[in-house]
Amino acid sequence: MDKLKYFVPSFVFIALAVLLWRGLYLDTRTLPSMLIDKPLPTFALAKVGGEPVSNSDLPDEIFLLNVWGSYCLPCLIEHPTFMRLSEEGEIPVVGINYKDQNELAKDWLDTNGNPFSFSIEDLDGRFGIDLGVYGAPETYLVDAEGVIRYRHVSVLDETVWNQEFLPAIAELEAESN
Amino acid sequence: MKAFRYLNYISFSLLFILGVASGSIAQVDTFEFDNDVQQQRFRTLSDELRCPMCQNTNLSGSTGGVAEDLRREIHRMILEGMSDRDIERFMFERYGDFIFYRPRLTAQTLLLWFGPLFFLLIGGFVARGIFKRAKDVGDIESKLSESQKARLNELIGEKQG
Repeated sequence: MDKLKYFVPSFVFIALAVLLWRGLYLDTRTLPSMLIDKPLPTFALAKVGGEPVSNSDLPDEIFLLNVWGSYCLPCLIEHPTFMRLSEEGEIPVVGINYKDQNELAKDWLDTNGNPFSFSIEDLDGRFGIDLGVYGAPETYLVDAEGVIRYRHVSVLDETVWNQEFLPAIAELEAESN
Repeated sequence: MKAFRYLNYISFSLLFILGVASGSIAQVDTFEFDNDVQQQRFRTLSDELRCPMCQNTNLSGSTGGVAEDLRREIHRMILEGMSDRDIERFMFERYGDFIFYRPRLTAQTLLLWFGPLFFLLIGGFVARGIFKRAKDVGDIESKLSESQKARLNELIGEKQG
């Protein structure tokens, strides 16, 4: 029993090594959202087209809220996924045109196609701050009551859609039944 | 006199370089405040809050879009008369613990706050053990009688010789 104490340094070393090794592979870039299970912040802004838009214009079913900008290259990578989702009518997608310029945003939608029911124009990024946005692209899953249920930071491609969003949506639907 | 002039050139160049270099550390504030206290609060807050986009830069040192917006928000809130606590809560509600360079004390950050103290204590106990044992060894030696000491020296001598 007394000899056990000679192994204490080895145990401490192994425990520390495991801890630090795991630390090497932690994802520190993805911040957890503070708004999960909280209602979408109120807003009264304009659409990229110009008409006024506020919370009451949002779909009253489960929908995606995608933060995008014409300057955002990763947004082009995830764009085909959103095009497919809206073309196949799988889920409504609302855009937030984050810190962009109106003309550039319109051009971007004309050139690449518009997967959004509409895009909320957040010119100064103030609505983005209320959402806890820290850079495009980000995508929020909002339920029928307008409560934020999930957030994905960076590109949402088919893999992310299948592995993260489909299970999250299934969970929401099971909940409401 | 000529040497003086060179010295002047050099000092001015150095001053210029220092000025430019220190200017590049903090973003230039173009915000206007009612008084110096407000300005000082703005500096402190944007020094202690972390830019959410850039991992390890504070708000005052970042050119990131979000950092710029958050500095603007801090400025607005200070002018609206909000306290530092209110402003920190505003940031926390949106960006969580990540925004604070000085983490709050919660169950999750307990190890972060008291970990170093914990390790220092362990080190202290180990050091105490080592010193105590060293002292004990010394004590044994002084407890020996004269004849035992002579025998000890003899044995040590044998081994070394």
